[in-house]
Amino acid sequence: MSDATLYGVLGAVLVGLGLFGLIVHPQPLRKILAFNLIGGGVFLLFGVVARRGASAGLGGDPVPQALVITGLVVAFAATALAVALLLRLFQETGRATLRSDDSPP
Amino acid sequence: MPNSTTAGGFLLVLAIVLPVVGVLLSLPLGGRYAQRVALILMPAGLAVAVAIAVGVWRTNDVLQYFVGNWDPPLGVAFRADGLSAVMIVTAALLICGIGLFARAQFPTPHGAEARAPLVFWTLLLAVWGALNAVFIGGDLFNLYVALELLTFAAVPLVSLDGRAETLAAALRYLLFALLGSILYLLGAVLLYGTYGTLDIVLLSGRIQAGPAAWGAISLMTVGLLAKAALYPFHLWLPPAHAGAPAPASAILSGLVVKAPFFLVVRLWFDVTPKMPERIAAQVLGILGAAAILVGSVVALRQARLKLLIAYSTVAQIGYLFLMFPLAIEPETGHAWASTAWTAGMLQAISHAFAKAAMFMAAGLIAEALGHDRIARLSGIGRALPITVLAFGLGGLSLMGLPPSGGFVAKAMLLTAAVAEGQWWWAVVVLTGGLLAGGYVFLVLARALADASEPVTLRSTISPGRQAVVVALALCAVLLGFVPLRPLELLQIGRPDIAIGGLR
Repeated sequence: MSDATLYGVLGAVLVGLGLFGLIVHPQPLRKILAFNLIGGGVFLLFGVVARRGASAGLGGDPVPQALVITGLVVAFAATALAVALLLRLFQETGRATLRSDDSPP
Repeated sequence: MPNSTTAGGFLLVLAIVLPVVGVLLSLPLGGRYAQRVALILMPAGLAVAVAIAVGVWRTNDVLQYFVGNWDPPLGVAFRADGLSAVMIVTAALLICGIGLFARAQFPTPHGAEARAPLVFWTLLLAVWGALNAVFIGGDLFNLYVALELLTFAAVPLVSLDGRAETLAAALRYLLFALLGSILYLLGAVLLYGTYGTLDIVLLSGRIQAGPAAWGAISLMTVGLLAKAALYPFHLWLPPAHAGAPAPASAILSGLVVKAPFFLVVRLWFDVTPKMPERIAAQVLGILGAAAILVGSVVALRQARLKLLIAYSTVAQIGYLFLMFPLAIEPETGHAWASTAWTAGMLQAISHAFAKAAMFMAAGLIAEALGHDRIARLSGIGRALPITVLAFGLGGLSLMGLPPSGGFVAKAMLLTAAVAEGQWWWAVVVLTGGLLAGGYVFLVLARALADASEPVTLRSTISPGRQAVVVALALCAVLLGFVPLRPLELLQIGRPDIAIGGLR
């Protein structure tokens, strides 16, 4: 099994685990963590694509690596925003859950 | 298709840079200047939007800008075809209207710094910049970044007032949006890994029907559907759109959900024109039909006006997706496919105007009465006739009654459905129209009924704000009056479908 295949499979496993967590767990914090797990898997795939697309004697294709950096920043910002919202929700209600009966009366 | 930066290309950069400059200025200047910055930039942004449309119209070709003069695939391209130009102008008009409307609701604070005006005006500009970036992005990864920027700007708009239920709605919205964007990104990686480019034009030349392309396009489409709130991903939309302050609801319902829809159109018609995906298109159509029926029926059962309008958004988003089974139809020729495609885009634009006007009308009614319970609206028609008129004009477009943009869009969908022999979509369009008529009349009947005692208004509503709402509703109606000529603008830069068919 080549390195690229191994990392590709790892990325797929991470995406699968994350998707499972995002759908199954009701707690928002776990959903945020699961989102980051999917993100990790996707960024790993970018690395695999970079290695597979290497040519002209380079160790890797530089474009996906540039994309990963941007993607990381975006995922970090998304996580920060989600956690900030969750913290504020906890301060307001004392709960960190999203229940369907939260809808206004 | 030109393969270098075109003459008017710098306009595309301006369309993104102007709002971003506004955001960067507002943050250090603070809430006392945020409104002024936004109101100064709005006419400038509108002028740029009109200039882009005129440029596309005059040259009859796409405007294009290569960032740093690097050609794709290494560089990033901005492109504006006719569709982009129309969407940019729509967004600019709506943002300006919403800005004028929101002046009274988020006024410049006197004395102490206030947070809400700063956040609202900054995010309004941020949404505008992100929308323009979505409409002119020529690179799938850049479009991902633009979509994320749009989400980050839109989510806090939901929870501007900081109540617990709006915070929960914003969080739920964000979680759906994050799932959507990560699936989109996963699809983009697969496309890059298989074809070595993310540029839409280059990709459309290289893409082949096969497992990699199918998988990538499906992942991206599902991700975008979650962001566009198509049934069954609609659960986040009603609490988020109904809980936000009225101007924010207008932006969210009118414009923000159109961006992921726009990208689905880009994917299916520009990236993969050579992969007719008939079965997948039928699935999209079925989801759209379910959205129309479920959204409309649930809207009929709402007790609060803003929730009713929000569920009606769920239904109207369904109409947008009826264009896919009708426009992706390789055998029966291009004529009717083109009609369906145009109908979908016209529906997107007219719904943007109509829904923004209805949300703002509902906001004014809630402000005047102190509540938005439909059962207790009686007498408001006498107290705020202009506002109720605007609500009714918006409703005209939702129902698809002539004359309105919604009528033309739905009539074209009907024609295409019957002409292509896919009559079941025609049944859905007609049923949806009847149900929309039901919920609009439900509100109007209450609002126009005579109250047993005269209505006491909590606050007076300035005529200027009512005029803005009516103007936006009239835009939705006037779209039904425009001759079909301006629709040719929509077709500029379209590869093969959509030429002719209208005449």
